[in-house]
Amino acid sequence: MKSPVAAVAIALSIFLGLPISSFAGSQDIVVEDAWARASIGKNRPGAAYMTVRNTGTDPVTILSLETPLAMMPDIHRTTTDANGVSSMAPAGEITIAPGEAVSLEPGGLHAMLMRLETPMVEGESFSLTLTFDDGGTVTVDVPILGIAARGPEG
Amino acid sequence: MQRRHLLTYIGAASGALALALFAGWWQVDGPGAPEPVAKRPLPLTEMDFRMTDQTGTAVGPESLLGNASMVFFGFTYCPDVCPTTLSDISSWLDDLGEDVAQLNVVFITIDPKRDTVAAMAEYVSYFHPAIQGWRGSRDQTMRAAEGFRASYEKVATGGGDYTMNHTASVFMFDAEGQFAGTIDYHEPREFAVPKIRRVLARTEEETS
Ligand SMILES: [Cu+2]
Repeated sequence: MKSPVAAVAIALSIFLGLPISSFAGSQDIVVEDAWARASIGKNRPGAAYMTVRNTGTDPVTILSLETPLAMMPDIHRTTTDANGVSSMAPAGEITIAPGEAVSLEPGGLHAMLMRLETPMVEGESFSLTLTFDDGGTVTVDVPILGIAARGPEG
Repeated sequence: MQRRHLLTYIGAASGALALALFAGWWQVDGPGAPEPVAKRPLPLTEMDFRMTDQTGTAVGPESLLGNASMVFFGFTYCPDVCPTTLSDISSWLDDLGEDVAQLNVVFITIDPKRDTVAAMAEYVSYFHPAIQGWRGSRDQTMRAAEGFRASYEKVATGGGDYTMNHTASVFMFDAEGQFAGTIDYHEPREFAVPKIRRVLARTEEETS
């Protein structure tokens, strides 16, 4: 940490969710625009959204999520059928092709945060770790926006 | 005598069973099957259900007459679809500006077990102030959903927790309570806002 430039670079890599460890595919994963909505208390499940980009040359699969905020985090997919009935279910493993990105966004995929340990308070943030099929992990800091937020900008 | 009685009983029971099976077929697959047109919500004037709004006031479908209305179903333990719908609607209402005064906007919970009146009041307070939160008993909720031709279903998520599948469309009605179309879940603002404006314009014609 000799120069301010290095400090900024490290801070930026943490902010962007660049992996610190080196693994074959997950080192090329970049997580962008992470955000979550505040919760009312901790009895209701929360949801977090982000874009997971594979900048490398190998496909990478997201295996699981982990966060100190929730005991049962999982990636869910919301679907709405021809009758307008919406439902959500675990999305299973999600593979990101080289050069592609997967968006977790309202009405599609979301990081479902079941069994909250603490309420999600607007203005705070929490860390979320994604584990990939090559054993690598990426940890992102997810800012908590208001309950009525519609995107990473609020 | 005993045996004869028993035989008569079996005969009657199997006759009743055959009749029930036939009636079931008639209603589900046979000529008695409901027309698909039944999917259209009833006019508000033909619905009958009792609920409580977020202020503790008794409300029902008749409370919506006189203004155009937007009604949708959901529950406050819903992490994705419901907050998205409420925040989408809030932004449409922001676009409508003062015209919102001519509109009823109602969020009805299909999870009255967890969504108390107090829970609904707190939840809607985070969104546009025009959005009301209605809660009824289990039976009244079923009656309301029937009237709107909406459906919902409880789905276990493990460890005693559950979520609800539910109709996520927004139903629109004119001031006389006639059904005036739906806005699909997560429909873009450029389609949704003109739809609401058309219903408001129709309402103005009716009342002028
Ligand atoms: Cu979910």
